[in-house]
Amino acid sequence: MSETKKELLLRSIFKRNPIGLLVLGVCSALAVTGQMTTAFVMSICVTLVVAFSSLTISIVRFQIPSSVRIGIQITVIATLVILVDQILKAFYFELSKQLSIYVGLIITNCIVMGRAEGFAMSNPPIPSFIDGIGNGLGYGFILMSVAFVRELFGSGSLFGFEILPLTTNGGWYVRNGLLVLPASAFFLIALIIWILRTVDPEQQEKN
Amino acid sequence: MVHYIDIILRSIFLENLPLSFFLGMCTFLAISKQVKAAVGLGAAVLVIMIITVPINNLILNYLLKPGALSWAGQPDLDLTFLGLLTYIAIIAAVVQILEMVLDRFVPALYNTLGIFLPLLTVNCAIFGGSLFMVERDYSFGESIAYGFGAGGGFFLAVVCLAGIRERLEYANPPAGLRGLGLTFITTGLIAMAFMGLAGLEL
Repeated sequence: MSETKKELLLRSIFKRNPIGLLVLGVCSALAVTGQMTTAFVMSICVTLVVAFSSLTISIVRFQIPSSVRIGIQITVIATLVILVDQILKAFYFELSKQLSIYVGLIITNCIVMGRAEGFAMSNPPIPSFIDGIGNGLGYGFILMSVAFVRELFGSGSLFGFEILPLTTNGGWYVRNGLLVLPASAFFLIALIIWILRTVDPEQQEKN
Repeated sequence: MVHYIDIILRSIFLENLPLSFFLGMCTFLAISKQVKAAVGLGAAVLVIMIITVPINNLILNYLLKPGALSWAGQPDLDLTFLGLLTYIAIIAAVVQILEMVLDRFVPALYNTLGIFLPLLTVNCAIFGGSLFMVERDYSFGESIAYGFGAGGGFFLAVVCLAGIRERLEYANPPAGLRGLGLTFITTGLIAMAFMGLAGLEL
């Protein structure tokens, strides 16, 4: 193993961000970014699922016949997602209603599959677990940045607390309607990608 | 009848899966460089959605719902927690069967759709379609209409994006925006254009 554990954890956040560079897992990433709370919970769920699915798959990697590995990976992932979903429904019912179908969609989130297939299948359990956490954090980093901008300037609040008093409540801040719309998430992600790639030109695509 | 047409129109224009729910983004962004490939992908998604959404609807109503198993003498059983696992298994199975059937009987179509089919098992749009069907409690008829509409919406969106991206090849954007960044911005613009249809109702 040429990389230390710390590198393994950190490289997925900036250097090899799953969303920014590899275009994985954008599906669900954008939809929950209207508010910080949902984005935060979503990041935690994804981090847990990626970490534990990588760990599990890495432990049993020598027992999996390669012809049915996709099916086995999906079963492991789906089981973990059902656990997360049931826990959310039992203890945080309001939140699970807000996240609606997106918790279930973690199953088809390409980050989880991608890490299982690309890393956990060929590495020992501990590095796989760390790699999973790193990727979850990289995903969370983008999610939280987008949600920060969208909630602060779109609704004038953070985590549901009012930061900028809105004109509708007698304050001074006129809310930016565009940021509440789904389309704004596309623009914000594009800007984040632009920044990441300007800072690190290695990630730029060839013309 | 009007009710069904309403569901179709809503799911194509107002609740477009990639553009307003961000579902199926991975494939949506990856395979939209050329119109020809995009048409193939869109058609594959459409076909699979028309098949899987109604099947999952039947599974939900006759196997999983609380009381659905009363025909088997188990009126108290509630298996909805197995939903996620079942839907994804059904989708994977349908994709696999469709691939084999096409390969055997319609090789011409298989050559167009074939390479996209395995990709679509883990496509969020298809899985999301089934989950939305569950969440909104559609009946069997409504679920067919929804499958058609949602698949059609994906088709329309991916072909639009591919058409624009073909032209963007000639543009000269800042280096950091090249490729992925610009595609995101284009998608955002298409999403805003679709939003102009809000309020469309039958």
